[in-house]
Amino acid sequence: MTHTPREKAFWSIAILVVILYALIPVAWITSLSLKKPDQVADGKFFSGFSFENYSQIFSESTFNAALVNSLGIAAIATLISIVLAAMAAYALARLDFSGKTVILSGALAVAMFPPISIVGSLFDMWRAIGLYDTWLGLILPYMTFTLPLAIYTLSAFFREIPWELEQAAQVDGATPLQAFRKVIVPLAAPGVFTTAILVFIFAWNDFLFANTLTSTTDAQTVPAALAFFSGGSRFTEPIGAISAAAVVVTVPIIIMVLIFQRRIVAGLTAGAVKG
Amino acid sequence: MAQIVLDHITKKYPDGFEAVKDMSLTIEDGEFVILVGPSGCGKSTALRMIAGLEDITDGELRIGDNVVNDKVPKDRDIAMVFQNYALYPHMTVGENMGFALKLAKVDQSEIDAKVDEAAKVLDLIQHLDRKPANLSGGQRQRVAMGRAIVRDPAAFLMDEPLSNLDAKLRVQMRTEVSRIQRRLGTTTVYVTHDQTEAMTLGDRVAVMRSGVLQQVGTPMDLYRNPKNLFVAGFIGSPAMNFMPAQIEDDTLKLPMADVRLPGELRGKLGENGDQGRQVIAGIRPEDFEDAHLVGDAKERGTTFTATIDLVESMGSELYVHFSAVSEHSIESEELRELAEDSGAGEVPGAGEEGEVVARLDPASKAQRGKESELWVDATKVKLFHPEDGRSLTAEADA
Repeated sequence: MTHTPREKAFWSIAILVVILYALIPVAWITSLSLKKPDQVADGKFFSGFSFENYSQIFSESTFNAALVNSLGIAAIATLISIVLAAMAAYALARLDFSGKTVILSGALAVAMFPPISIVGSLFDMWRAIGLYDTWLGLILPYMTFTLPLAIYTLSAFFREIPWELEQAAQVDGATPLQAFRKVIVPLAAPGVFTTAILVFIFAWNDFLFANTLTSTTDAQTVPAALAFFSGGSRFTEPIGAISAAAVVVTVPIIIMVLIFQRRIVAGLTAGAVKG
Repeated sequence: MAQIVLDHITKKYPDGFEAVKDMSLTIEDGEFVILVGPSGCGKSTALRMIAGLEDITDGELRIGDNVVNDKVPKDRDIAMVFQNYALYPHMTVGENMGFALKLAKVDQSEIDAKVDEAAKVLDLIQHLDRKPANLSGGQRQRVAMGRAIVRDPAAFLMDEPLSNLDAKLRVQMRTEVSRIQRRLGTTTVYVTHDQTEAMTLGDRVAVMRSGVLQQVGTPMDLYRNPKNLFVAGFIGSPAMNFMPAQIEDDTLKLPMADVRLPGELRGKLGENGDQGRQVIAGIRPEDFEDAHLVGDAKERGTTFTATIDLVESMGSELYVHFSAVSEHSIESEELRELAEDSGAGEVPGAGEEGEVVARLDPASKAQRGKESELWVDATKVKLFHPEDGRSLTAEADA
């Protein structure tokens, strides 16, 4: 496709606007996080460099514990969710069994449920069975809410893979599990990584469950911990510290996306079939 | 290496469709057997049942001495080449070829040796480290073959392996496949819809139609003694010409001429035929000739005059098309279907013009729109039953 200079100019400007729109808040919060407490309200975009806020949040045990909790819970939820979703999606994509539509619509129904509507009862239940304020107490709802999306995305990817590849593997002497692990999963890798990113982001960003189902550093994740930030002194709003924590909390997501993005290579199945 | 026996094999799908009906076929150890037929005839289903990719509804399948009906593909010791190759795109050529051995937990050094050996045979040595995506169609096809060869399996199963190649490459790979099979001596079942591949490759050819095995025999056997109208029309290119005809005494009344039935044909008909009966005559294009070029053989056949509609010159031979008006008509629904399936076109009805193709020597002076004297070899005429299409002239033991 060729574009006229005019079209090019239009799209360049449009893209620029979108990028600015998305990045200005990020830039703003970064600038806030670099200010000293007395400069926070000066209304300037840039008024000197200070890593005071950063050293402050990392010296607080609450934040460090929250960071560990966030990483651990999000990683475990992602892992379990992907493994379960991959198997379920594979079955849904490949097999014809009765109840298939029920499972699919059931999964969709779970995804449609607003989390806020179950969080109250979950709170009571978790307290009754001792899951309140534990990692498992958060991993379970994260898995539940990400599985449907993961199953849908992955089964779409599995459907793209020519069935002959699997049959070829079976004829080559693979058990169904080997065929799945050595042929199907590597080929669905882009789908697996895409899904993993989505699941991880959901778990990492969640505030609702984290705020309701935790209370101490045992399981409190960063978004929840941020809300309870007290700041340096009792009488100042800890805006600088909150900003610094907000910046820190986005870093793992960026790293995660950058790592996985490299694995999402388009056209991985090229050359599998036909000429 | 092993014998493959299909013993009254039937495949019925849940929706009631019978893809393969009561098929019995024995493929001897080391034999190269071709399953051929028009699309949808059940040949691929039959192959996939041998591979274990499709359940067998009824009957018994034996590979070697084992009944394998309920065995999964990996326990059948077979290798398969798929129509679209089905190479593993995330593995290199070498890994693709060695995958089966790796699964079988063979030593890496032994895998390398076997892959190297197969790559040498297939001329793939310099491509071993490349991914399938970077290979040409022909190279991919050879990798697919290589993947089968390194296994040294009891049998090769090939599902239209050459149909995705362009015409020139197809001919080249055809000889290659034949050479490799002869060299390894592995029992091979090869599925194709291309009768040329069937004729040139196989020790024996099994022709299928609508799930039913029509005839099994050597290529020449099928060509000379087709058991029925379908096999006659399917084997040979261009296809056999079919026309209604009538037997009266020693004469066969064809649309274009009356032919005196040779004693040999007459004898075969003796048990089957009576006087004045309707039959369908089948004449291969190569059994016609320009009357001026026949020479000594002339008395074997009959000369007639026809107006040429079209002349196609192949250089080494001429195909001339002419039409013949039928006096008699033969109405049979089944027959029409048969003829259509075989690709031979319809058998013309009464008063209709049927087109006939004749293959002539390039020295012929036949010209488009002109009348020409043609000759037909009466000893080669095949006669078929007008109702069910079975051959009246095929040798009983064929």
